[in-house]
Amino acid sequence: MKVYLDYSATTPVDPAVYRAMKPYFSQVFGNPASLHSYGQAAQAAVDQSRQVVADFLGAQPQEIIFTSGATESDNLAIMGLIAGLKADNFSVRPHIIVSSIEHDAVRQPARQLEQLGIEVSWLPVNSRGIVEVSSVERLIKPNTILVSVIYVNSETGARQPIREIGELLKKINKTREAAQPHIGTDSARRLPHIYFHTDATQAINYFDCHVDHLHCDLLSFSGHKIYGPKGIGVLYSRSGTPLKSIQLGGHQENNRRSGTLNVPGIVGLSKALELVADQQVEEIKRISGLRQRLVDGLIHQVPGVVVNTDLSQASPAHAHISIMRVEGESVLLALDLVGIAVSTGSACAAGNLEASSTLLAMGITPEISHYSLRFSLGRWTTSAEIDYVLEQLPPIVQRLSHLSANLTI
Amino acid sequence: MLYSEKVIDHFQHPRNQGVLDKPSAVGQVGNPVCGDIMKIYLQINNGIIEDIKFETLGCAAAIAVSSALTELVKGKTLDEAYKITKDKIVNDLGGLPPAKIHCSMLGVDALHAAIDNYRQKTKGAVK
Repeated sequence: MKVYLDYSATTPVDPAVYRAMKPYFSQVFGNPASLHSYGQAAQAAVDQSRQVVADFLGAQPQEIIFTSGATESDNLAIMGLIAGLKADNFSVRPHIIVSSIEHDAVRQPARQLEQLGIEVSWLPVNSRGIVEVSSVERLIKPNTILVSVIYVNSETGARQPIREIGELLKKINKTREAAQPHIGTDSARRLPHIYFHTDATQAINYFDCHVDHLHCDLLSFSGHKIYGPKGIGVLYSRSGTPLKSIQLGGHQENNRRSGTLNVPGIVGLSKALELVADQQVEEIKRISGLRQRLVDGLIHQVPGVVVNTDLSQASPAHAHISIMRVEGESVLLALDLVGIAVSTGSACAAGNLEASSTLLAMGITPEISHYSLRFSLGRWTTSAEIDYVLEQLPPIVQRLSHLSANLTI
Repeated sequence: MLYSEKVIDHFQHPRNQGVLDKPSAVGQVGNPVCGDIMKIYLQINNGIIEDIKFETLGCAAAIAVSSALTELVKGKTLDEAYKITKDKIVNDLGGLPPAKIHCSMLGVDALHAAIDNYRQKTKGAVK
């Protein structure tokens, strides 16, 4: 039996998405920037898709920027905003707030900005891996210009209070706008607007991503986590957000993202969003039921299981656990040998041999991270698959823990 | 597959796994880089490693390295065993992914710790 439980890493393209994309490779192949009929046919498909994406987010079509994926969207959101604001010249050193459980696509740009002299505060999370709104409030300074918090953490599935953070920032921004600058006194300059970015890559499938519900200015996601193709993503940028292209070349996407549009990818992503919207309510119910079956089974049938995901405040598809005294990569490999695909936050499985920064931020020790395992369920997960995992995993854990039965740790 | 067939074989069917009841010496090392732990038990007679067992808490590579190491060492003199390099183990396993090479060092370190421990102990006994 082959069981894929790594939907958080990537998803298969839904057959309906694939069908929708097919004509846009060899038949409708024009460059949307071309003025002839070939180009205009492609442009029509892009326009239609852009409208679908905008409707999904409750946004305007001109606020949608197509990118190559969530990594590029995150980079563009952060670096592009800083570049755009710099055009107005910073009067004081700007300050940004980034959560400590971001994907590297947000973390690394923030680190780079830090090196370039921008002040960065790393927002902590509680032991359940969740940002507290009060922590955001505490970190805000007069020079804060950006807050970036991931909507759903990709490892634990922990859902962050994006709407509540958005409401807080909206309130602060209103106060800042209302403040009258004192003429002639430099120190009383009006405080800058605080922009709000969220990486919603893992949230699209299950949570409300209307930008006015979340009160966000920038929102990123990719196609391949929502049963669409790889190599396509979206950055929503609220009208008036001073975003500057970080990739130079053509004038596509209103000068905000250069490069010929990935027409089949765009068509596929919009079709994927339509399917998500159609199925969301039933899928949340079905997948959380399967996840419960998995977690209950793990707790009862595998000794030493600790559940790191707070199931009450997480994506319904994630189950992140640690199996005490059994290293995650070895479990991953043993499961793979019986056809089951999962992932781990163990340093052993990381290219840099470092424990997952998300787990460390939650206060989980490197030792416990060493034992971690992530199951992520999806559209084609069945109860038979869950039962197969519950049948295969206990003997694997027994065998591997036997290898270290007498070790003092 | 990330690992060679030999690594998978050692991972699935580790050789000389377990503990020795009355070992001549033991050596345990932890890897500060990744957190893996490895312990080697030696039964030594007339300077020859007559029996060896291991325990490992670690990734597949760490398990395979421990297993392969025990096969290489069994029947060797202490001096011969001490000279086994990590490259020898890696080659015997049909290679390891670059990020996993440090696991093979862990095996060598555990063996060295056990032998050092034995030499320390016997030196004391002679006195």
